[in-house]
Amino acid sequence: MAAVDYSARPVVVRPPTPWHQHAVFRSILYHGLVATAALIMLYPILWLVGSSFKPPDEIWTNQTAILPIEPYPQNYPNGWAGFGGISFATFYRNSLFYATLGTLLSVSASAVVAYGFARVRFRGRRLWFAIMLLTLMLPTQVQIIPQYIVFKQLGWLNTFYPLLLPRIGGSAFFIFMIIQFIRSIPVDLDEAAMIDGANKIGIFLRVILPQLTPAIITAAIFSFYWTWDEFLVPLIYLNSPELYLVSLALRTFSDPSGQTDWGAIFAMSALSLLPVFVIFISFQRYLVEGISTTGLKG
Amino acid sequence: MAATLTKAKRRKPSNFGQDNLVGYLFIGPWLAAFFLFTLIPIAVSLVLSFTDYNVLSNSGDFIGLDNFQRMFFEDRRYARSVNATLKYVVFAVPLRLVFALGVAMLLNTWRRGVGVYRAAFYAPSIVGGSIAVAVMWREIFGNDGLVNFTLNLLGIEGPNWLGRPETAIWTLIILAAWQFGSPMLIFLAGLKNIPRHLYESAEIDGANAFQRFLRITLPMLTPIIFFNLIMQLISGFMVFTQAFIVTQGKPLDTTLFYALYVYRRAFELNEMGYASAMAWVMLMVIALLTALVFRSSSYWVHYESDEGPA
Repeated sequence: MAAVDYSARPVVVRPPTPWHQHAVFRSILYHGLVATAALIMLYPILWLVGSSFKPPDEIWTNQTAILPIEPYPQNYPNGWAGFGGISFATFYRNSLFYATLGTLLSVSASAVVAYGFARVRFRGRRLWFAIMLLTLMLPTQVQIIPQYIVFKQLGWLNTFYPLLLPRIGGSAFFIFMIIQFIRSIPVDLDEAAMIDGANKIGIFLRVILPQLTPAIITAAIFSFYWTWDEFLVPLIYLNSPELYLVSLALRTFSDPSGQTDWGAIFAMSALSLLPVFVIFISFQRYLVEGISTTGLKG
Repeated sequence: MAATLTKAKRRKPSNFGQDNLVGYLFIGPWLAAFFLFTLIPIAVSLVLSFTDYNVLSNSGDFIGLDNFQRMFFEDRRYARSVNATLKYVVFAVPLRLVFALGVAMLLNTWRRGVGVYRAAFYAPSIVGGSIAVAVMWREIFGNDGLVNFTLNLLGIEGPNWLGRPETAIWTLIILAAWQFGSPMLIFLAGLKNIPRHLYESAEIDGANAFQRFLRITLPMLTPIIFFNLIMQLISGFMVFTQAFIVTQGKPLDTTLFYALYVYRRAFELNEMGYASAMAWVMLMVIALLTALVFRSSSYWVHYESDEGPA
């Protein structure tokens, strides 16, 4: 410990506080400073949302303002029409399907695997656990090329299998997070159930799983929004526009060489952030706790 | 009698849960996925890196170390991509961590409204990886974009941010620095764990705010700094989406980040052998760097107890 133990020193008698150290003054200073900084941070997002309501001529002339002079909601239907005869309804349906099924797969698998690591003692447990943590550091690039070759041979390009199948084993992040959570559940409960004649599977289903709700909600939120934003893997496997996720569609839609209707691009960009923000605002507490207790990256 | 009963009960946890079959049953899904989608692909990737495999013809010949020779001695773009990645990591990671720690310290208070501020500072990170933000960033730094428009109002003529080799990478570094939410939350949790009495006694002794930061906050936070540094280094080396959308690696390959170049070689030029070799070098570099940071940690990371970080 680099800090010195100061407790033995005598208490210093302080002179009366000068005006600039008074609580009210400091409070105003604090809120002024932090609120300004927060506003600067939020400005680009607010600007995006505001711009999505600006009429075409205002987008380049009234740039710095967040609010449009004349609101122009027409950008939304214009953008929703999509491209190549495929509307954003299709892209949202694809994204919703993938994010929901993908989340379901990886979170439920993660819970099962986490229970195995946290509560069952078996040969090689420590080794596999260490390997699992190591996989967190693997660059996707070393796995993705051979995966692609195999999935291509299987004729699975332009299907969701290559995106969903690797999720059957859960995600190392969520497994780790749920393990941490299970460790905080008292073992007495398991023991009581075991004395009552329950086996490991019964303990998992009836004792542990019901208590895992907060951890599972946290994992599900993260999984949903990572899947929603996923780009590289869908980019490689989904090449036909009717399978595009919102992320892929936005990229094509905003291609500077093709599209010039910036109002529509801003509208669809802002709209794509909506699900993520709704989840963020409704489950903020879970997210913050998930990140702070396990060091998950967001 | 009652006492011996409870004692007997207490002893149970020692062999509680010893069960190989059930254990492997539970971790089975992960194990299967690990072999199928991680271990075998990595091994195959190593083999591919010694071939000139082309996915279109599904054929390739063993060419020894040619891929590596080409990478290190012949491919000028490869050198530029390494340069761009290093520059990005060297600036983006420390910037992000400094912002994260600074804001976390500002928010480490019980004042009213802190929850709202925390959400506001975290918001850019929640949308961070999305295409929408990348598209927005491209517009903000465009020739007639928000930044230049604002500079114009101040009478300054802004540069062509995305078109000039000196400035393009900075738009991506700023984008990374803007998204400091996750390390901020982790720092915040760490700050809350520092015992208050340390600060109180330091204050009584007359230590000023800067001294308290240097002598208490920083040493107590080193495990968290260590953890954040590792995580941010790894994700810094793997940055892809932002460069893919905002700058497309341009101009003059100054933003051709490593992951982007691997993608181009593998999936645009179909040179999967060469791309595998590049991916393996990336794996080795990340492993080496992580190991170095871990080794260095005994010199600067201070652990109060035996517990690890986070």
